[in-house]
Amino acid sequence: MTNSHQAAAAIPHVHRDDVGARMGMWLFLFTEVLLFGGLFLAYSVYRYDYHEQFRLAAMDLDTGIGTLNTLILLTSSLTVALSIAAIQKKNKFLAMAMISFTLLLALFFMINKYFEWSGHIAEGLYPKSPELLNMKNGEIIFYGLYYVMTGLHGLHVLVGMAVLSFMLVFIAKDKITFDNYVKLENAGLYWHLVDLIWIFLFPLFYLIH
Amino acid sequence: MSNGTIAIAEKSFYEVSTNKHSGILSWLLTTDHKRIGIMYLVTIAFFFLVGATIGLFMRLELLTPGRTIMGAQTYNTLFTLHGVIMIFLFIIPGLPAIFGNFFLPIQIGARDVAFPRLNLLSYYIYVIGAILVLVSLFIPGGPIDTGWTFYIPYSIRTGTNVSMAIFAAFVLGFSSILTGINFVTTVHRLRAPGMTWFKMPLFVWATYATAWIQIIATPVIGITILLVIIERVFGVGIFDPALGGDPILYQHMFWIYSHPAVYIMILPAMGVVSEIITTFSRRTIFGYVPIAMSSLAIAFVGYLVWAHHMFVSGMSDTATWIFSLLTFIVALPSGVKIFNWVATMYKGSIDPQVPFLWVMNFIFLFSIGGLSGLVLGSLATDVHVTDTYFVVAHFHYVMFGGTGTIFFGAMHYWFPKMFGRMYNKKFATISVITFFIGFNMLYFPKFIMGYMGMPRRYYDYLPKFAPLQEVSTIGSWILVGTIFFITGYLLYALRNGPKASGNPWGGVTLEWHIPSPPPTENFEEIPTITHEPYDFSQLKEMEYDK
Repeated sequence: MTNSHQAAAAIPHVHRDDVGARMGMWLFLFTEVLLFGGLFLAYSVYRYDYHEQFRLAAMDLDTGIGTLNTLILLTSSLTVALSIAAIQKKNKFLAMAMISFTLLLALFFMINKYFEWSGHIAEGLYPKSPELLNMKNGEIIFYGLYYVMTGLHGLHVLVGMAVLSFMLVFIAKDKITFDNYVKLENAGLYWHLVDLIWIFLFPLFYLIH
Repeated sequence: MSNGTIAIAEKSFYEVSTNKHSGILSWLLTTDHKRIGIMYLVTIAFFFLVGATIGLFMRLELLTPGRTIMGAQTYNTLFTLHGVIMIFLFIIPGLPAIFGNFFLPIQIGARDVAFPRLNLLSYYIYVIGAILVLVSLFIPGGPIDTGWTFYIPYSIRTGTNVSMAIFAAFVLGFSSILTGINFVTTVHRLRAPGMTWFKMPLFVWATYATAWIQIIATPVIGITILLVIIERVFGVGIFDPALGGDPILYQHMFWIYSHPAVYIMILPAMGVVSEIITTFSRRTIFGYVPIAMSSLAIAFVGYLVWAHHMFVSGMSDTATWIFSLLTFIVALPSGVKIFNWVATMYKGSIDPQVPFLWVMNFIFLFSIGGLSGLVLGSLATDVHVTDTYFVVAHFHYVMFGGTGTIFFGAMHYWFPKMFGRMYNKKFATISVITFFIGFNMLYFPKFIMGYMGMPRRYYDYLPKFAPLQEVSTIGSWILVGTIFFITGYLLYALRNGPKASGNPWGGVTLEWHIPSPPPTENFEEIPTITHEPYDFSQLKEMEYDK
């Protein structure tokens, strides 16, 4: 170290590290996977304990609406990826359009979810409902897991929508540009994770009978 | 840092803030890792004193058989709070958030952590969690009384404020995760030129391994806690045995986090021990690579031993057998460390200053704690001592005798660097001795009582335990008195202690190359590392107090 008298403290050092930022995001996504991992663990245990009752309970879920939501989310992952490609090519308008489209798809997903849940609730299938308490333990737990897992996933969709809305503002204000778009990349990574978790939820609840 | 000179005095981080504010806002909105470390220190030390005081009252209740100063329900509340405060508010964040924040960037030659604003956010999330714990004490329903393990089914049946208290633990876990992410990224991205992985100080290695556990273990307790809250509010049945849920699954998920969490607690302490032993032995560490790798081994194997908390909960014999074996295996890397530390002292030029005495304290207490852990890890003896004072004694020897002792050791080692002042060394030496006496009086009788069958978490006991309970309570007075005495003379030294030089102990890791207290940007120029971390030949070219 040299003994220069330059007051280093007076010069605010601007630190930018895109690799570091991405690394932090991947670590965070890892914790999200483990968060859901706890639920997948519970699902496996109870599927093993109550496989017959899980099979019966799962028949009540509407595979059509699940498939539709899967398609919607997969498409939204594509549009997020396209928005990153667009910003790399300096096409600000297209990037913003793609994010808006993603938000629209996310909204569709949530609306579907809303109708799906309210349908079940109208049938009297919700935690502590008399209808549900009359059913077997395995079916109670199936619906418990169904509400918790899709609910937590839905919460992540909402958070993802909030994050993407911020990205929209950042692009509009030129805080995200073709040579500084790590924020958008990280938001995209988060969105892909939300998608990925759904890819596992879909077969576990809607397809396995 | 190749030529080992000390930078000329420039303004310390207390004088130059990282933002445009002055006064209290310059602290509350700071992104300086050192200031955030100090804020953690103040907050965490406060909760430590609260936790210790609660412990004092619990011991007072146990001075005589029957009701002494409180009834059973109050005692249930107090041992729960003692556990929650000490575990989630003191010992998990303690060393990484205070000393990791302050010294990890300096020791790798960086100006700050990778995400300084995230670092401040972690602090505030910690504060929110702490406030939630406090609020849960006073709102209707009464303070949580489940024990810090929140076991099902009691935790979904009791009417006390379980939801809010465990939500606090969830929030604190989030703070812990963000700190972990920050530290891992910092170590990967911000090492100074020449600071290769195997030139990092061992405290950095230990904190790095800890950060990984924070990342991979904490989310599991997060979802477990959420499920307990959901169970209480909505009754979904996932854990409720009345609806077909499995309480054992809860225990598994709880310990999948909470066992690795004890390594979150102990690993940074082990890192500090490596620092202190080398500095006061004036000798490079014996077995650098094994110590660094043993931290990673503990982090990895420690992730796979959780069910040894559940040997009597009802698992298959195969499972208990495997978890017992893994438990014995995880003792090996800890043993590697202990032997390497002792070997480091051999033929060293030992200077038994206060921090070194704390480390001696640590080695003694932690060895007892570790060996008694093997009694608990082997299946036959565990059945006899499960849920007795033996477990309590073991836990306090490893956690308080281990991490708690090193909390004080690190405090005494880095105090002159953090505050630029030296404390009264005579008082400090006396404190080490009274701490040792008080600690052993308080906790050693618990091994004996536990072996004789005294169960934990009871506010009452059979008359035959009276003499040992009295010894234990008297020990608590000595111990808590010592803690308040230490707090007192350290606070006094903040203003009135003699000024400390940049290198009062003759250390060679990077923090001793810069002034005390450090300047805001740590280094005028990012140093280029040429030496091994504990190469004491540098001392010839450095200024230090001989």
